[in-house]
Parts: sequence; C-alpha cells; structure tokens
Amino acid sequence: MEGETCKCSQRFADVDDLGPLQEILERYRGEKGALIPLLQDTQEAYGYLDERIMRALAKGAGYQLSQLYGVATFYTQFRLQPIGEHLIRVCHGTACHVAGAELISEEIHNILGIRDGETTPDRKFTVESVMCVGACSLSPIMIVDEDTHGKLKPANVRKVLKKYMGESGEKEE
Amino acid sequence: MNGNGRTKLVLGYGTCGIAAGAAAVKEALERELSAGKYDLELDIAGCMGFCFREPIVEVHYPEGRSVVYGDLTPKKVPQLLEAVSAGEVLEDWVVRRSDDPTAGEGDFLANQHRIVLRNCGNINPESIDEYIAVGGYEAARKALTTMTPEQIIDEVSRSGLRGRGGAGFPTGTKWGFARKAKGDQKYLVCNADEGDPGAFMDRSVLEGDPHAVIEGMIIAGYAIGASQGYIYCRAEYPLALKRLEKAIAACRERGFLGERIFGTDWNFDIKIKKGAGAFVCGEETALIASIEGKRGMPRPRPPFPANEGLWGKPTNINNVETLAAVPWIIANGGDKYAELGTEKSKGTKVFCLAGKVRRSGLAEVPMGYTLRQVIFDVGGGVREGKEFKAVQLGGPSGGCLPASLLDTPVDYEAITATGAIMGSGGMIVADSSTCMVDLARYFLSFTQAESCGKCVPCRLGTKRMLEILTRICEGKGEPEDLERLEILAADIKAASLCALGGTAPNPVLTTLRYFRNEYEDHIFNHKCTAGVCPALITVRINREICTGCGACAKICPVGAISGEKKEPHFIDPEVCIRCKLCLSRCPEEAIYAE
Repeated sequence: MEGETCKCSQRFADVDDLGPLQEILERYRGEKGALIPLLQDTQEAYGYLDERIMRALAKGAGYQLSQLYGVATFYTQFRLQPIGEHLIRVCHGTACHVAGAELISEEIHNILGIRDGETTPDRKFTVESVMCVGACSLSPIMIVDEDTHGKLKPANVRKVLKKYMGESGEKEE
Repeated sequence: MNGNGRTKLVLGYGTCGIAAGAAAVKEALERELSAGKYDLELDIAGCMGFCFREPIVEVHYPEGRSVVYGDLTPKKVPQLLEAVSAGEVLEDWVVRRSDDPTAGEGDFLANQHRIVLRNCGNINPESIDEYIAVGGYEAARKALTTMTPEQIIDEVSRSGLRGRGGAGFPTGTKWGFARKAKGDQKYLVCNADEGDPGAFMDRSVLEGDPHAVIEGMIIAGYAIGASQGYIYCRAEYPLALKRLEKAIAACRERGFLGERIFGTDWNFDIKIKKGAGAFVCGEETALIASIEGKRGMPRPRPPFPANEGLWGKPTNINNVETLAAVPWIIANGGDKYAELGTEKSKGTKVFCLAGKVRRSGLAEVPMGYTLRQVIFDVGGGVREGKEFKAVQLGGPSGGCLPASLLDTPVDYEAITATGAIMGSGGMIVADSSTCMVDLARYFLSFTQAESCGKCVPCRLGTKRMLEILTRICEGKGEPEDLERLEILAADIKAASLCALGGTAPNPVLTTLRYFRNEYEDHIFNHKCTAGVCPALITVRINREICTGCGACAKICPVGAISGEKKEPHFIDPEVCIRCKLCLSRCPEEAIYAE
C-alpha cells in the first residue's frame, strides 16, 4: 500500500528502552486532556501498552496508573498484550457480516487456530475482529498489516495467508 | 476542470479505491506517463461514489466532456492510455459518459443531487488551489466580511438544515443556543467519529473534500462565537486524518485559519483529536469526555453542551455532513437549499449503499425521494437479480424495513414512523440469504459490546436481549421469548441514559414487527429459512450437480465429506459442523444449506 513497508522486526521499540516514551511525554507536556494521544503515541511506538511503560507514563505525565488503565481498557484501540509479526484484521461491519465475515473468521481459526484477540504461539499472527473499515463495497474484507483483501471467499483465505507465512516474514508483492 | 488544453486523468484515490487496488494502478499510470510518450496529465481525487467499480479513472477532455472508466488494473493501463491519446472511448469499460447519461452506469449519478458531495471525486482533496478554483472559501469570506453572526444563523435556519448525524435537530436553532450562551471561551466540535458499521459517508467527505468541512467550521465558529474548533475523527480513518492535517496546514498558510481571518478581527483555529474506538463517543457528552482525555461515557443532559460542554464551556457539536453543507447554503442562500426536500426535511441526504445492492457506493439524494428510488433507481436493485427482502437503515440504532415500506420517503418523521431512524446514512440491502433474526442478533451484539456500562438498562438490558436472541438463533428459543424481548426493549428505550441505549432495541423491534414469521420459524419449527443459523440448517450436496472433484472434502475441517473420485460426494450430518466452508469452495455450486 502507500508508504514504505517496514521491517517487522524493527517495527516497535523495545519495552526496556524508555527513550521513545520520554520524547512522547515532551510532545504533550502542558497540554490539557492529552491522555488519549499520549496512549496512542505510546502504543504506536511500542506496539502495545506494556505494564512497565504504563507505570513510567503515569509517573512522567502525572496521572494515577488507575486512570491510565481505565482509559486504556475503555477504548478498543488499545491493547495490553504484544501482537504477532502480522496483524490480521477481519472486518465485521454490517455489510461484511451479511456477506459472510463469520465464515472468514472461522476459516482463519481452522488454519491458524486463533480467534479474536489471540496470537499464534510462534508470534507470527494476531487476529482481531474489527468494526466497519468503511470499504463496504469490497465486503467481506480482511486486512493483513496494511494490505486489504476484499471480496474474499472463505476458500481463498489460506491462499492469502500463505503470502505471509514465509520464514523471513517478507511479503510477496 | 481543465484549462490548459491537455487531457487529464483523475484517479479515484479514497480508502475504498486504494483497497480495491488504486495504488497499483497509480504506479502503473505514473510509470507509463513518465516515459513521455503521452501528452496527458494525472491527478487524484477522493471517492466519486462508484465504489462498486473501483479502481476508477475519470478522463477529462479539454473540450469539457469526461468519461469514467472502472474496474481498472495495472495491466489495463497501457490500453487505456493508448485509447485516450487516440481520442477513442473504450465502450466496454465505461462507467459513465458526461455526453451520454444512458451509457454504462450513468443513471447512478443522474438520479442523484449532489450538494455535500459536490466536489468529491472532482477535485484533488490535497490541493487547496483546486478547492479555491471551484469557489472554495468564498462562502466563508462572504460570511465573515459581509454578514453578522445572527444573519448567518438566520440563513442556516431558513435552509431547514437538520443535524445529519442522525438525530435531525435543526442546525440553526442549535447554533442559536450556542450563540446566546454566556462564556469567555466557546468551542465548536466537528463530530467525525463515524462508528456505525456500514456507514462511510463522513469518511468519503473528509477524504474527498476536507476543505468543505473546514470552511463549514470557519462559518459555524464565527456564527456561534467559538474561536477554537476540534475535529474528533476515528483513528481507523488514517487517510481522512492525513488529508485533514494537510488541509488545515494549507489554510493556516493562506490565512484562512489563525488570526485575523480574511482581514477581519476574527480568530479561529482547528485541532484534530483522534478517537480511540468507542461507538458511544458519537454521543455528544461522551465525545466531550473523550476529548478531555477521559473514558467516553455520556452524562445526563441538561446541562446541554451549548451551555456546559468541553472543559465546562459552551460547545456546539455538528456532524461532518452538516458542516459540509454549510458553505453551499451560505453561497447559494438558505431558500435555495429549502427548495429541495419535504415539508420538514429539507435539502439532501447522503446514503451509503451496501450489502446485496448491485451498485454499492455513495448516493446523495433530495429528501423526499422514496427508499425505492434510492435502492432501485440509484442503487440498481438487488445483486444477481435476486429478490429484495429488507433494507437496514441507521445501523445499530436503526431498523429493518420490508419491501412493503419501500415507498416511504426519505424524511426524518416518515422514517421514524416506521420504527427505523434516518440515522447517519447507512443503507444495507438484504436478500433472501440474510436471516433477519441473525441480523438483529448481530446489531444487539454490537451495541451490547459498545455499551459504556454506566446505566443499568443499557448495560444489563442489552445483555439479556442478546442472550435471548442468541438462544433463538441456536434453536433453543422459548415461546415466551418474543414477549420477553418486547418488554425488555420498551424498558431499555424508556430508561437508558443516552441515545445508544435508547435506540439499541430498534433493530430487534423492527424485525419483530416486520419479520415476525422468521422468529416463529426459529422457535417453533426449528428452521432458519435463509440458511444462516448453523444450529438450524443442514448442509447437503445436490447429487445431480456434484462432479466429485473432491474440493469440498479437502477444505472440510472435520472430515465430514466423503465420496469416490468423480462420483457424487456425501456430507455426514452427524459429523458436519455446518461451517459452510464447502459452499464457497464448490466450483459447481452443488452444495446448499437448508
């Protein structure tokens, strides 16, 4: 898709490295009501909201940890667990539901053994059910990393996923 | 559109276009054009609305006519460029010809009336100059330099514009409240948290014409006396966010945002706030809590945001589509807008046609059009010539209407009278393969998961309703369940704190009202006639059609299918888990569920 495809191994900062967090804290210092953007940027940098990072964030930005946890668990965007190398998002909006999104999720479970929110033991894939991505004319849809696969049939899911199953994690163009 | 005498190709470059492969087509076009063989220009635009034929290119000839081509692929690009340079038209690929509305899918646009979508697909949304070239920012200039805030509010009131987010509150009246509210600082918020599954009109406007929304905000901010604006947009819309950021930066550069706008002493600026994924944040007070950095939970009203909103200050919140209509109203006059529509619903409404409709995409029609006109004249009817069964309006807060109500006009009051709501504009068409009980269960599972949990009727009521619907779909429904659903629905509607709970039962109530026989079939006959609910169906192979290719046996996850090669196969109903994977695999369509 647009922009460069990043190398997955270097996609996120290490949770032991607080450097990126310090930068994020600086970015929003003194801004009123910046908790959600703080969490969004932190998740973008680290891939998920690790407990250690959350503690450092609470301290650095002057929040109670409980406030952070409350907000992070309220919004679906935030995750407290790391994700696999490839993120599969299956759209379950109305148009996709009517077009059989359930069968797509079921076939992913047949192939990878994971359901909504789970990650394969080899950390290769995480699957998430998402609400409408707004490309209803292509339903049913699944998005792997940044690539949209539309007008899917359950029988084609394996073929699509095979592209991402290679050892190196390199994608086939 | 094209002043320099060259033919211009405009590629539809919105999210759905890109998802359908527009990025690869763009690359191919750029590669071919960079060789210098063709004297053609290339530009991008937002979504034209022909989502069903993406990726799309519109060819603008210097003499003013244009041809839209669809279903493009990188492979088709050389042939397209050859034909365009030779002045030929590739008839088979035509979606629309400006000089022949009957060609291709021309009636898709011919049956629409575009005000909000006036520029979507026609200008490059990343270029402020293209927006200015079509008269952009003239309405804001006119409003700020020649009108008083009261005159603007009066003009908007006269237009009859009502909130397009779903509730339909008169926009002029709302602005009047915010104008009159006392406060040293006021805020204007654009609600772009389009959370309805199956609705993408706000995204299309933000991606296709972000400046129209910003111009609407400048006018609204001045009218109510708010110097700071916010756009609360879903994080799931990265392209819309990117184009908004670019548009805001361009406006600051031109002096349309910032201090002393258009040489007046009025200051106004806009900040973007990214939503973090919570449907309830479409509700005004929840949205405000979210901007303040809190859990997005609604609070009782009054006090209304117009008096006590963001940070306790007077705040006015309008939806994307509402704001995008404002510059047109100021430029053309409220009376002109009010010429369109019905007695109480004026102007136009944008719908997102999706589901089993033949032409899924964006449809902007005058209020008063019937649902039949929208679905059949614009949308081209049901796909594959199947029979129309229902249309779902308004997403999880809306309802499902049957064929007998297709002549209902698009009008706030008329649609509410059916039990559905106008909503933000999602319109999902269902055919005989959609189970209405399953659809009601689907919406309830959505609202139940999205309930913020603050008030009991919504938090527990939706949960209990979902449990009942789930057991009906599983074939364990009880005869009293229908009455239980109706009692619960009435209580939830009456007692919920906000509109999320207040409207959550609508999909269940409308299906109970118009498709009650399907519920009864599930409960009393243990049948799902649409062949959807796994517990109530049997998957069979038609032995007359089956060629014994074995594809189904290979994909079956439980090994329920057996048979000799090249002989008709057989599904063991004891083993089959009715996942229906084999249905999508069979090349002969010999497998069916009943």
